[in-house]
Amino acid sequence: MTERVLMEGSEALVRASLLSGCRFFAGYPMTPFTEILEHFAELMPEHGGTCINAESELEAVGMAWGAAATGARAATGSTGQGLSLMQESLSEATLAEVPIVVFNMARSQGDYFQATRGGGHGDYRNLVLAPQDVREGIELVQLAFHLADKWRNPALVYGDYLLAHTQESVAVEPSALPELPAKDWAVDGSRTGSRRSGAVTPLGLGKLGQRDLGQEGKAQYIATKMPLLEREVRVETGFLDDAETVIVAFGSPARFVKHAIARLRAEGHRIGYVRPITLWPFPYDIVRTAAASARAVGSFEISSGQLVDDVRIGAAGLAPVTFIGGVSSDHSGFGVGRLLDVEEVSARILALHEGREQPVVPGYGEFTYQLAEHQEVAAP
Amino acid sequence: MSDRPVSGGAAGPSGAAGPVLDTSAPPSQPARLVEAHRPELLLTEEHSLCPGCGEPLAVRVFLDAISELGLASQAIAVAGIGCYTMFSGTMDVDLVQALHGRAPSVATGVKRMLPDALVFTLQGDGDMVNEGLQEVLHTAARGERVTCILLNNGVFGETGGHMTATSVIGQRTKNTLDGRDAREHGYPILIGDLISRLEGAAYVARGSVHNAGGVARTKRMCRRAFETQAAGEGFSFVEVLTMCPTGWFVPTADGPDELQRTLAEVHVVGELKVDGRIRTTQELHAESLAKQREVEAQLAAGGLHE
Repeated sequence: MTERVLMEGSEALVRASLLSGCRFFAGYPMTPFTEILEHFAELMPEHGGTCINAESELEAVGMAWGAAATGARAATGSTGQGLSLMQESLSEATLAEVPIVVFNMARSQGDYFQATRGGGHGDYRNLVLAPQDVREGIELVQLAFHLADKWRNPALVYGDYLLAHTQESVAVEPSALPELPAKDWAVDGSRTGSRRSGAVTPLGLGKLGQRDLGQEGKAQYIATKMPLLEREVRVETGFLDDAETVIVAFGSPARFVKHAIARLRAEGHRIGYVRPITLWPFPYDIVRTAAASARAVGSFEISSGQLVDDVRIGAAGLAPVTFIGGVSSDHSGFGVGRLLDVEEVSARILALHEGREQPVVPGYGEFTYQLAEHQEVAAP
Repeated sequence: MSDRPVSGGAAGPSGAAGPVLDTSAPPSQPARLVEAHRPELLLTEEHSLCPGCGEPLAVRVFLDAISELGLASQAIAVAGIGCYTMFSGTMDVDLVQALHGRAPSVATGVKRMLPDALVFTLQGDGDMVNEGLQEVLHTAARGERVTCILLNNGVFGETGGHMTATSVIGQRTKNTLDGRDAREHGYPILIGDLISRLEGAAYVARGSVHNAGGVARTKRMCRRAFETQAAGEGFSFVEVLTMCPTGWFVPTADGPDELQRTLAEVHVVGELKVDGRIRTTQELHAESLAKQREVEAQLAAGGLHE
């Protein structure tokens, strides 16, 4: 039993990575991700690994790609903006089956589409894990490395300012995860000249005399692999049994939602929640079951409405789905805004539950877009 | 010229790992390969590139260099995206395929995890000098102990003949139909000169495979570059000028002459940085001109002396 200590989220995520055997990290500083890079830089040398302050996110993801291709556990990360730069690699890494772990300490939950749909090209999915707090972050980071290797697919850890910068009393302990087979696909140079040399490639170009999928075959091979990854769905639910209203939320905001719902429950309101722990694969079945017996389903998220799309797919028309979150940050644009407040969250959940209009977030009225005359659109 | 004995007769010493050239013919005729030679690290001599392409030659050259140095069992290639990418399947080399321009960073990750491996990139001018210019410069500046090999033909061959950052002034491409015009399209980048000025770069050279001498010299450059890496001296870089008659829109057989007349006039062959001493492309050009004048003077005076 490891002693519990007060630890910043970033450090805990890094220590969990090292515990997972991560021995390579490359990143480019960017708020609120920067402390992840700082802790890797500090702790990696004593674990015999390498941390590179990459010249840009393009280099960072490329370096992690190369390190992972040798069989090492490797990671990179940034905020959503930096991940935008990495998208070409994140999509192709799925084809190359390079199991890198990617941290997104996002500035809001507006990177949900980027994480689950991807800003990259082609047919690909990245596994996405969204811890609600530091304690769960320690578990999910280890799970991310495990799943990345298990499926030879990039895995993304979706955090935010709160996860990265909150200090919690935690014990960084190893998770019980099954053993995985040796990485016989990795390259280390030892097979060069042996007529059995290998290649880690997104192109499907196999070595002469070995299995050669070709580009078409590789795309088909990956297309049939992706549905298998959907088995890795993870979700937490609460108070669903008799819930008339169901709220879906993930990550740090889900903690606020859960707290608000516990209070509303104590007041007698029949409200429950679904918290996707994996954003992809998404727990569509759980949302469908919850929606089937509910009057209303709400998506609380710190964005202008992205998660709500998946909630609608899950609810499948069995109950109306309403977006009850909103854009909210501090003045820097990096941190936590006034929407992430239990009173605000409670008011929005209760408004949905009682069939009222969503309240305006205090102070945000002045930022509301005003329609001009030339922008009026006739009803179809 | 070569780093191994070259036979004077048609029957070369068998068992030698290198090519055997027939030099018995008069100088007016080209040297002729008399002994079939397949590099140990090439699974087949078949390739799907155009007739007259210089890239298969360049690939043979660096593969032979690796074998000759006895470094095969620790060699890892990181391939970029271009015509040469097809060799990823036929080189008997452990390989990581990179995205367009990203090979130096991928090689960095590989090398940091496997410090004893011989890690080299294989990139074209579009890949390295256009798409991934910052990658190769930062990798060199970091003094990363990898070798970057650039196959420079001054054109995007795979897309069908478009201008790259190394296309020379006046070069006709599909998007410089009247020739590359500096006012419109800017100037070619002499990538070796940029790299040689970076402190982390330990060895920088520019070779060519448009004639037998160039092939032999390029192999020596590759060996030196790999030795530089193995000795942990820093970043090493070999640029190889290669023919692309298809992308240059010239008859296949004119490739070598076209290279000499255009590409090699700008990207002048020679060693740009050895043991900390930098020679610029301008200096190489001046030396080449001086040598040419000397030969002309000797010819005018009645004959060549050595």
